[in-house]
Amino acid sequence: MSSHRLTSGGLINRAQPLSFSFDGQAYSGFAGDTLASALVANGVKLIGRSFKYHRPRGILTSGSEEPNALVELRTGARGEPNTRATTAELYDGLVAASQNRWPSLAFDVGAINDKLARFLPAGFYYKTFMWPAKFWEAVYEPLIRRAAGLGRAAGAEDPDHYEKAFAHCDVLVIGAGPAGLMAALAAGRAGARVILADEDFRVGGRLLSERYEIDGKPAAEWAAQAEAELEALPDVRIMRRTTVTSVFDHRQYAALQRVNDHVALPPEHEPRQRRWKIVAKRAVLAAGAHERMIAFGNNDRPGVMLASAVRTYVNRYAAAPARRIAVFTNNDDGWRTAADAHAAGIEIVAVVDSRAEPPGDFSALGIKTIKGAQVSHVHGPLAVDAIDVVQHGRTTKIECNALAVSGGWNPALHLTCHLGGKPVWTEEIAAFTPGALPPGMHVAGSANGALTLGQCLTGGMAAGAMAAVKCGYPMATIALPRANEEPAEIAPLWHVKESRAKAFVDFQNDVTVSDIALADREGFSAVEHLKRYTTLGMATDQGKIANVSGLAILAELSGRSIPEVGTTSYRPPYVPVSIGAIAGHHRGRDFRPIRLTPSHQWATEQGAAFIESGAWLRAQYYPRAGEKDWLDTVNREVTTTRGSVGVCDVSTFGKIEIEGADAAVFLDRVCANTFSTLAVGKARYALLLREDGFVQDDGTVARLAPERFVMMSTTANAVRTMQHLEFCHQVLWPSLDVQLASVSEQWAQFAIAGPRSRDVLRKLIDEKHDVADKTLPHLGAREVAAGGIGARLYRLSFSGELAYELAVPARYGDALIRAMMAAGEEFGITPYGTEALGVMRVEKGHVSGNEINGQLTARDLGLARLVSAKKDCIGRVMAQRPALLTEERPALAGFRPVDRRARLRAGAHFLPVGAVATIGNDQGYMTSVAFSPMLGHWVGLGVIAYGRQRIGERVRAYDPVRNGDIEVEICNPVFFDAEGARLHA
Amino acid sequence: MRIPCSFCGPRGNEEFTYLGDATVRRPDPAAPNAMQAFHDYVYLRENPSGLHQELWFHGSGCRSWLIVTRNTRTHEISDVKFALRGGEA
Repeated sequence: MSSHRLTSGGLINRAQPLSFSFDGQAYSGFAGDTLASALVANGVKLIGRSFKYHRPRGILTSGSEEPNALVELRTGARGEPNTRATTAELYDGLVAASQNRWPSLAFDVGAINDKLARFLPAGFYYKTFMWPAKFWEAVYEPLIRRAAGLGRAAGAEDPDHYEKAFAHCDVLVIGAGPAGLMAALAAGRAGARVILADEDFRVGGRLLSERYEIDGKPAAEWAAQAEAELEALPDVRIMRRTTVTSVFDHRQYAALQRVNDHVALPPEHEPRQRRWKIVAKRAVLAAGAHERMIAFGNNDRPGVMLASAVRTYVNRYAAAPARRIAVFTNNDDGWRTAADAHAAGIEIVAVVDSRAEPPGDFSALGIKTIKGAQVSHVHGPLAVDAIDVVQHGRTTKIECNALAVSGGWNPALHLTCHLGGKPVWTEEIAAFTPGALPPGMHVAGSANGALTLGQCLTGGMAAGAMAAVKCGYPMATIALPRANEEPAEIAPLWHVKESRAKAFVDFQNDVTVSDIALADREGFSAVEHLKRYTTLGMATDQGKIANVSGLAILAELSGRSIPEVGTTSYRPPYVPVSIGAIAGHHRGRDFRPIRLTPSHQWATEQGAAFIESGAWLRAQYYPRAGEKDWLDTVNREVTTTRGSVGVCDVSTFGKIEIEGADAAVFLDRVCANTFSTLAVGKARYALLLREDGFVQDDGTVARLAPERFVMMSTTANAVRTMQHLEFCHQVLWPSLDVQLASVSEQWAQFAIAGPRSRDVLRKLIDEKHDVADKTLPHLGAREVAAGGIGARLYRLSFSGELAYELAVPARYGDALIRAMMAAGEEFGITPYGTEALGVMRVEKGHVSGNEINGQLTARDLGLARLVSAKKDCIGRVMAQRPALLTEERPALAGFRPVDRRARLRAGAHFLPVGAVATIGNDQGYMTSVAFSPMLGHWVGLGVIAYGRQRIGERVRAYDPVRNGDIEVEICNPVFFDAEGARLHA
Repeated sequence: MRIPCSFCGPRGNEEFTYLGDATVRRPDPAAPNAMQAFHDYVYLRENPSGLHQELWFHGSGCRSWLIVTRNTRTHEISDVKFALRGGEA
């Protein structure tokens, strides 16, 4: 038996012992323990060192509000820093370690900061590290980074899975204490679809920690019965280990479910954590309340614990925080701790009540009651040895091993504020209670400031019943369980003025009463300034214990009322959420979906190298044995295509069917050039502008029938172009008779290019379809058949060669590429990838995504002749702005290195020869480059002021990022076959 | 946010793309002041505090362009209609 485990009682399974280790020391606990309760049961008080002063710290609370007992849980890649021991469920083999100490927890060198504290007041970063500026990066920041911070990240990739899930319900009940259980019962019995979420692994909330009776039964037993009834209701779902962390607009809630944090390893195919988005018509917030501390000297010593936490450890976990406990309270709640601990056989050395006339008196039990008194100091270097009690100006030292403190309760109203709600001060309970609520939210029980058991049961039932009615269900008739009404009077006390040592307000960020006083003196007396100057409430616990006390102390110091001071904003998430849970499966290769082309399987078999192109994975090049590098391969693909024939999968292009009586009119308005004049069976280059006059995208439009067109857009803009066309149709010109359908996925499309492309095609196309130059000239478009399959054949060329694009239904894509390769074998056909595609288009001076960069107009790109002056189109008016028509606008030109052996770099900027590299001398930039195997040197496209007027001139291509600085010659952007003879072969 | 699409019903905003003010009208390109009118149409937008009519595209759903009336202070959506039907629900 562990040293501090009580011999009976508690909701632990003594038949199931669990072993675990903390800082290398082996301990044992029971199933049903948390790491914190198991440490308490083993008499371990010192858990960690504090953030700034490295002070010894223990366990303060028993819940997710814990600011102190933060540990590194697990080891290696699964290590998780800053885990609250109070919420870590114990499992066999659990390994935990303390943080922020060196060389050991009991002897920590960093504790010198505590002695230097007067040099480290609030705002000391701002004051100390201001000057000299260059010292910040070199000295101060590395120093601060090493000294500050709590745990360390694992440093290796997390091997576990996380996932996201969605749920919809009528009523979401947040918290499964007395109010939440009643709300779920009331709504569930009415027939509503209910989700009951609670962060604990066991349903019941405070009912598990108190010696209440409900309907004459122990409260925990009543909770178990309520749980069983809820489990039996068909439309009620209980989500344990699930914290509702955030409220979003339109009744959406985020929740974090710790699916497998309570086992050593998640079972195969199960996530560690799951992040839920829950859409709920109504929500009942029954999140309970957090007990407050009182600030007094050394109130952070291990052994000082919130009074409610002491009850939890004693009643729920049968673990005694100490054998001799003193209680310090300003309200009736502290008295219950004394009574419960006494009943468990723990010695209560004194109850110190700050009120002159507290309601109770335990002298009959032999417990000393000190009224109108305050605890001013805690003795003991690493844990409580004794306390100083001040009564009527006289100080008495009382020996004890732990101190239970109750400063009153703060309703856990955080979720009521996530959409901007402001809490209101309620004098009666000396606490903030919810103000205006998010749409669809009810609040019940302690979260609503109704702190007694009776109020929780009544309020929960009313809120649950009302929520169900609002969802259209009948009012359920249920009997209110019988419970005693316990006293809950309070006289606020925030800090003990007689304190000599540091009196902590924010334990996690080491903010003391004197820091708040300093902030007030220095003018940071607005609550938002206080927060940022002192870092009060800015730790991972978000000040759940600290905030209200901090602003109450500020109010007191500055002579204002608490409502005048107000609160800072409560922001989601309510508890820390791991990045893994936010990312879910979207990491690494699964960051986003990958689209595969119809020829992907075949290309993989050929050993192709692939490249991401938008969401697609495309073949980049197809290496063959004996080729020494990628350039060797690409050169071979280009020369083979230009010399004979090559084939390339272009299925990734967007394909949009445009049909209707007004389809041609629609295209005339959408495109800069004219399509109403396009003959059936013909295709035309299409240029789309943005309304501001700049080029948006380009592509090809073919007319398959008088009222039927197909537009092929670039891969990158396929989705955006579809959205744009829908906008033009639905918003700009809804009266036009036109229908749009995206068929990008429906067609597998291949480019066949090169002088022998027609010969290959003849072997693929059914004989009745003639592909002679006369019947299918350049820019012809036909519906044909290949192997009896309906296909579309376009004579289009991006490479400048005699070339076609053949499209078949996508499911035949794999068969088609294999058929093409077989048909082309006698001509030495080569597949080519995106690299060779790019080389051939640069050789031909065709613009692409690098040139259509959103900053250039049709005129800049040398395409002004395409913008029809005879009709309006999107962007036509704005393209005529005088500033876009000047000669010094950057315009497209070709560039070649003066020294033909030199390599060109895209991104290089053009400077006049001999000019210094300044923004003022910048004349343009290189957009695309390629090594041309046809010319034997690098060629580039770019934009430069005055453009082609400067052909023959030499400029500097300056690329300081890659140490590039060479002379280039401005030339015609069409480097190869400028007269286009090959195209019409 | 959740947007009650006129065709699909309420859906998460991750299914939609936002464009902005739904009240601007594309000017007459033949009007004498077309350049100035287009300048205002392309660049000038009100930034109202309160009710705002705005265009949303249900790209991951029915591909409808919707005119959504949203309160910019509360995100409350009070009306949704198809752009195509010229404002009919």
